[in-house]
Amino acid sequence: MSSDTELKVREIIAEQAVLDVDEVKPESTPEELGLDSLSMVEIVFAIEEAFDITVPFNANEPNASDFDISNVAAIVKAVEALRAAEA
Amino acid sequence: MRRVAVTGVGVVSALGVGRKAHFDGLREGRCGIGELEFRDVERLSVTIGGQAKDFKSEDHFGRSQIALLDRFTQMALIAGKEAVEDSGIEIDEALGLRSAVVIGSGMGGLGTLDEGYRTVFEEGKNRVHPFVVPRSMSNAAASQLSMAYGIKGPAWSVSTACSSSNHAIGQAFHLVRSGLSDAAITGGAESMLCFGGVKCWEGLRVMSKDGCRPFCKTRNGMVQGEGAAILVLEEMESAKARGAHIWGEIAGVGMTSDAGDIVQPDPDGASRAIRSALKDAGLAPEQIGYVNAHGTATAANDRSECTALKDAFGDHAYKLMVSSTKSMHGHGIGAAGALESLAVLLALTEGVIPPTIGYQEPDPDCDLDVVPNVARDAKIDAAISNSFAFGGLNAVLAFKKV
Repeated sequence: MSSDTELKVREIIAEQAVLDVDEVKPESTPEELGLDSLSMVEIVFAIEEAFDITVPFNANEPNASDFDISNVAAIVKAVEALRAAEA
Repeated sequence: MRRVAVTGVGVVSALGVGRKAHFDGLREGRCGIGELEFRDVERLSVTIGGQAKDFKSEDHFGRSQIALLDRFTQMALIAGKEAVEDSGIEIDEALGLRSAVVIGSGMGGLGTLDEGYRTVFEEGKNRVHPFVVPRSMSNAAASQLSMAYGIKGPAWSVSTACSSSNHAIGQAFHLVRSGLSDAAITGGAESMLCFGGVKCWEGLRVMSKDGCRPFCKTRNGMVQGEGAAILVLEEMESAKARGAHIWGEIAGVGMTSDAGDIVQPDPDGASRAIRSALKDAGLAPEQIGYVNAHGTATAANDRSECTALKDAFGDHAYKLMVSSTKSMHGHGIGAAGALESLAVLLALTEGVIPPTIGYQEPDPDCDLDVVPNVARDAKIDAAISNSFAFGGLNAVLAFKKV
């Protein structure tokens, strides 16, 4: 399912991973995209800026926070939820 | 006692990127000071500086690197790369464990802080770039250099305002001389030519609006510069054994504190630092041919420094060549001593004494040979480089020809 949110999130991830947007697939994981913890922090920052939301992401426990970053689809879903909550 | 060789040199300054541009500038007496170029410069009353305009981040680093590197660290890494390549040193696992990094910086990543404050205060945003801390911390340059070259021994940053570099180089020298380390990457880096950085200095009313004229009667203040200079230090015998080119020897360091005033210099503290450096180096005053002066072109510093030189050198003060290269590259603040060590190494290796440019009229309070306006050919065997910081913290390095 394609949405404006999904496209924007994939663009942000693609820019950070230095990949083409087409290479950032819903099932891609951060590891597969070559994104380390600092890159994830930059992606979260860019997402917050792009959507004017606050993302509950703690780099100490990236997998424990409410913001699911296990793959691209999960990140998109989490961003959509945050946007809906703040709308 | 172990001796300490300088085997590699790298630099970024208002005179250019790299040794050739910087040395050519010093030889030609070229002025790198010009109109400042950055956002909101029109709101400043001081609009000149020694900006390293030839240094463009994008020429050297990718976007993800720039995200983590403040300009002061970027310049330190590029100067460091030139110095390490120049030295020919190969830092393997064993040498990495026996090597050190000591880097001076007065303000660290001030440009990064300036941007962050602008974001939250001026633009009213509620978040800053996530890497403000690793970019702006004062030890960023030291840490990035240790990472770049696998240096796993002692590493730290030194912050003593305008003496930061000389304190850093002095401590690196001690590490190698004492045997605690076999090699060290040392020097300094500074980049605070941004709106907030210059605005702070304006407040002190010590900045010139029209140029840096050290020791000149018409001098009216300092001009800020920026840049980085990095030296590779090695134990002399091992450097010779591997056939390294040796720029010169660091033979001693003198460090004192005025314990007086937070901004006014005291000739006594400066004089004691000079004497201490000479004693540490085992040099008689008469052996010194050149002094790279602190020479900020403030009324107080230049007068105080000349008094200190006369006190420390006696009659020999009048035979010294004393120049301030700040007239060309501006005041590098935490990078100053490192930038100026290059002027000393140029004098020792090529017999070229860099001039004090912008010199118009003699000042009776500064009646030494300040090598006015034009570089001079002169053979020297030893030299000192002065740094005297706000806060009364003085550090003087003594160099010898090898």
